[in-house]
Amino acid sequence: MTTATLAGTTVELDAEGFFAEPETWTEAMAVELAHAEGIDELTDQHWTVIHFMRSEYFAKGTGPTVRALGKSSGVSVKELYQLFPKGPAKMAARIAGIPKPKGCI
Amino acid sequence: MGDRIEKVSIIISKGSLDGIYPGLIMANGARAEGMEANLFFTFFGLDAIHAKRHEHIKLATVGNPGLHLATWAGGIPGVSSVMTHYMESKMAKMDFPSIPEFIEMISDTGAGMYACLASVELFGLTKDDFVPQVDDIITVGDFYEMAGGGQIIFT
Repeated sequence: MTTATLAGTTVELDAEGFFAEPETWTEAMAVELAHAEGIDELTDQHWTVIHFMRSEYFAKGTGPTVRALGKSSGVSVKELYQLFPKGPAKMAARIAGIPKPKGCI
Repeated sequence: MGDRIEKVSIIISKGSLDGIYPGLIMANGARAEGMEANLFFTFFGLDAIHAKRHEHIKLATVGNPGLHLATWAGGIPGVSSVMTHYMESKMAKMDFPSIPEFIEMISDTGAGMYACLASVELFGLTKDDFVPQVDDIITVGDFYEMAGGGQIIFT
C-alpha cells in the first residue's frame, strides 16, 4: 500500500497504483490520474467509460473486462483502445479509482 | 515489474476448439494488458480464420484423454458435435465469445493477424478464403522479423 496526493487529498493506492478505497475518488482526481497515464484531456467518451467502470464496480464488486466494456458501455472495443491505448480495462480502472478488474476475457 | 513483457507473438497451429481458444485468449489478454500482440495461424490453425470454417470448429473427442471419454465412444458419429455443443453452451454462459466474434474483437484491439504462407499454399487457399481481419499472408522469415524483441508462444 502506498499513498498519493491527488487534487489536494491523500488517497491509498495498492502496489500497482489502483485505488484501495474507491469511495475516496473524485472527478478532479481522474483528471490528474489521466495526465499521469498520458491522456491530456478526458473527452465525453472517456467519462462515459469512467462512470460505467465505477457503476459496474459498485454493483458487482469488480470492474468490467474489455469485452464487457465493449458490449455494455456504449463504446466499441476499437474506440476503447483508442481512448485508453495501454489496455482499456486496466487504464480506465486506474483513472476511475477502482481496483484492477478481474477476468480473463 | 522490471521484466514486464511488452510484446507477444502467438502461433496457433491446431484446428480444434481446444487448440484455438487458448491462443485467442492469450492474445486478447496481452492487448488488455497493454502489450503488443500478433497472431500467426499455421497448419490446421488456419481454420480459425477461414471464413467458411471458423463457425464450425469442433472439440477433439478422439485422442483427448482430458475429456475422460473412451476413445471408441469419442469416434461414434455425432459425438464430437454433441460435445462441441455442450462445451460451447458452457462457454457462452461464462460469456466467452464465439470464435468468429473473438477473431473480430481481437482484431479491433489492434492485434495483428497473419496466415502462414507455406500452410496456405499446402492447403491450396488464397486470401479470399479468410476473414477480412487477416492482415497478410507471410513467410516464417517475416514472422521472426515481426516477432523480434518479444516473446513467442506456440500453441
